Amino acid sequence: MSSKEYESYYVPAQSHWPIIGAVALFLIAIGAGKYVSVLKTGEASWGGYVLLFGIAMIIYMVWGWFSNVINESMAGKYSHQMDNSFKQGMSWFIFSEVMFFAAFFGALFYARMFSVPWLGGEANNAMTWEVLWPEFQATWPLIKTPDGTETTAMGWYGLPLINTILLLTSSVTAHFAHVSLEQNKRPQLKAWMWATVILGSVFLYLQVLEYQHAYADDMKLYLDSGIYGNTFFMLTGFHGMHVTLGTVMLITMLVRIYKGHFTPENHFAFKAASWYWHFVDVVWVFLFVFVYVL
Amino acid sequence: MTTEAIHDSHDNHDGEHHDHKMTGIKRWLLTTNHKDIGSMYLWFSFIMFLTGGAMAMVIRAELFQPGLQIVDPDFFNQMTTVHGLIMVFGAIMPAFTGLANWMIPMMVGAPDMALPRLNNWSFWILPFAFSILLASFFMEGGAPNFGWTFYAPLSTTYSNGSTAFFVFAVHIMGISSIMGAINIVVTIMNMRAPGMTYMKMPLFVWTFFITAYLLIAVMPVLAGTVTMVLTDTYFGTSFFDAAGGGDPVLFQHIFWFFGHPEVYIMILPAFGIVSTTIPAFSRKKLFGYSSMVYATASIAFLSFIVWAHHMFTTGMPLFGELFFMYCTMLIAVPTGVKVFNWVATMWRGAISFEVPMLFSIAFVILFTIGGFSGLMLALTPVDFQYHDTYFVVAHFHYVLVTGALFSIYAGAYYWLPKWTGFMFDETLAKAHFWCSLISVNLLFFPMHFLGLAGMPRRIPDYALQFADFNKWVSIGGFAFGLSQLIFLWVVIKCIKGGEKAPAKPWDGAEGLEWTVPSPAPYHTFETPPKID
Ligand code: HEM
Ligand SMILES: [Cu+2]
Repeated sequence: MSSKEYESYYVPAQSHWPIIGAVALFLIAIGAGKYVSVLKTGEASWGGYVLLFGIAMIIYMVWGWFSNVINESMAGKYSHQMDNSFKQGMSWFIFSEVMFFAAFFGALFYARMFSVPWLGGEANNAMTWEVLWPEFQATWPLIKTPDGTETTAMGWYGLPLINTILLLTSSVTAHFAHVSLEQNKRPQLKAWMWATVILGSVFLYLQVLEYQHAYADDMKLYLDSGIYGNTFFMLTGFHGMHVTLGTVMLITMLVRIYKGHFTPENHFAFKAASWYWHFVDVVWVFLFVFVYVL
Repeated sequence: MTTEAIHDSHDNHDGEHHDHKMTGIKRWLLTTNHKDIGSMYLWFSFIMFLTGGAMAMVIRAELFQPGLQIVDPDFFNQMTTVHGLIMVFGAIMPAFTGLANWMIPMMVGAPDMALPRLNNWSFWILPFAFSILLASFFMEGGAPNFGWTFYAPLSTTYSNGSTAFFVFAVHIMGISSIMGAINIVVTIMNMRAPGMTYMKMPLFVWTFFITAYLLIAVMPVLAGTVTMVLTDTYFGTSFFDAAGGGDPVLFQHIFWFFGHPEVYIMILPAFGIVSTTIPAFSRKKLFGYSSMVYATASIAFLSFIVWAHHMFTTGMPLFGELFFMYCTMLIAVPTGVKVFNWVATMWRGAISFEVPMLFSIAFVILFTIGGFSGLMLALTPVDFQYHDTYFVVAHFHYVLVTGALFSIYAGAYYWLPKWTGFMFDETLAKAHFWCSLISVNLLFFPMHFLGLAGMPRRIPDYALQFADFNKWVSIGGFAFGLSQLIFLWVVIKCIKGGEKAPAKPWDGAEGLEWTVPSPAPYHTFETPPKID
């Protein structure tokens, strides 16, 4: 190890963070399992507490684990190759997230292209329609389900359009932040990061307003309002959770920037956060087109 | 660029620089070492294999005779369901991940997996996930009883009280698989020793590489599926309910979009293992290495566009039936290329029949039988007769037990000397092989006839005319179950001692793992090997 003929690949020693993470996931799973199981009966249960405790534990784990990684990185233990491992790991993680959304988009497309028209008698389903639900009108958005649940459709004009503009702009600002970091322009970097974080937060706030509008005002658009409400809330809901996570990442990066972390050459965490941000933006574009506009 | 590994040892100064492992339980809980983690995966999978096996024994005991005698139908359904879930997600997949962990870093000349801490997390999630699944037996309503495929509305409208636990157990298990797969991909892409180009990698590494991609692509889809089951069951959504505009058939589409690539996740690594052992014991290079790589890749690609062959009888549009029939039959082409290559590798080789080779040859023949029955099932019109009968059960047990499981045994026997430093007891191991081989065929072959004669799967009772075959199947089942205990015996004996294994106990073996001593030192290739 004395001669520097080799660059080093750092293999960490024993770590207690993974096992803490495994226990945390266990608690989350049983807590959520119990919590959901008794939801309908309304009985009191330990589920919620265990779930919250598990979530606290996973936050503690992420904190501790990433602190380790940051310290190792700042101590110069990492190499170019290590950086590549992280980058590839993050890209494939994002790809797995894409596939998660793909499942829900798949459900949306299937409902729109097959199940709803078929319930209305299309293809070879004339008898299904006539025998089961002859009153049923196949439309999209599905504002009246076969069993008669009624709802209204969320338009794309207004909040969703504003949100689209916000998120797309934030993608651009995130990119400028990245460029500033690479050119070592710290003041600009901070400014662009602030802009991104603020845009993201406003997006989330408007999303909450939109949900309130759906639930509280006269829209009667609920999670259980048939396949339109199902896909609407599951897609926008999971997207919202991802934006929240992305915003937390960006805020963490901002804090680290103020602490003087990152160099123009070495800023994997920043890159990861910004990739993640671009990913949630792209998902939104698909959402906007297929959930709201079309 | 060359690298040298730096192993961090700040928290134990026991003087032994190169073997700084902790002792006792802490070593296993906190380890970042790919060999430790590989061993844990392998042991875990074997324990799960015995657990799932015990359930199979209950199933076969109930089916020994017509009539209901041992368990009630609901419990029978819980047995088939949890047996399937445990064997797929708890036995076969972790066994492959264990082999990947142990062997890939050594085969590509890397000091460890690329992300060692993540590796530990991936493993330790599994025991927790399966504890939840098993704990559901003691919950109100019992364990899941809707089949390992958890079709809606069985898993939604008609499910028992433990569905939420099932869903979250699958969720965390999926997290484990995805992270494990990411680790494998990154290790292979980024940690190969200088000179180890992609087309020089052992085929074993290639198959895991491609399998890991499949995992990253489809495990999230499984997560989406169980999430929709959860919301349909507890939150009033109607993804799988026509009354709300959804469709129960949608469940099957999403599930099998995951499910078919999943079955290839369980067989591609098997291809990798026998492509390692067959050349070693035939003392020839693998015939058609690059065609093997391309065949694996095309099987992986095709596996994404054949999922609806599980759904021929759901009333799909005719075009769908035809499309999925032809695409499925197309998979037989690259699969045939592989079988041909294995046979061509053996052709005129100086073959010797050590235990890993016995399992590999059995694999080639019996997996091919499973492939042929698959081809029969792929024909839409005949599948109308075979679907949901014991013929399907025969098919997937031939590819999974005599396919995936036999390849795992081949791999385990092949590398046991490298892991333990001792040769295993050849006589016992041969007993394990022959007992397994005979009993497994007694167990699964008659199922073909039962299925053709119309015996439906997943039932606790059956018509009298199926009685004789079922008796023999059950006897084969018990014998196969018992035979697996011999393997446990062989392994324990081999860990405890025996004839010392040389660095390369098989004279025809090739690969970097044989250049290090047996047992493999705790850390290998801290300085990358030179490859030419
Ligand atoms: C030549 C390749 C293969 C073909 C053409 C094929 C075809 C099929 C078809 C058409 C079915 C559906 C039968 C039905 O439900 O009516 C099926 C079921 C199944 N196959 Fe295969 N298969 C092949 C290889 C494999 C492999 C390699 C595996 C796993 C290692 C596998 C595992 C399964 C399983 C687990 C099922 C049953 C799933 C269930 O309903 O529980 N197959 N196969
Ligand atoms: Cu399939």
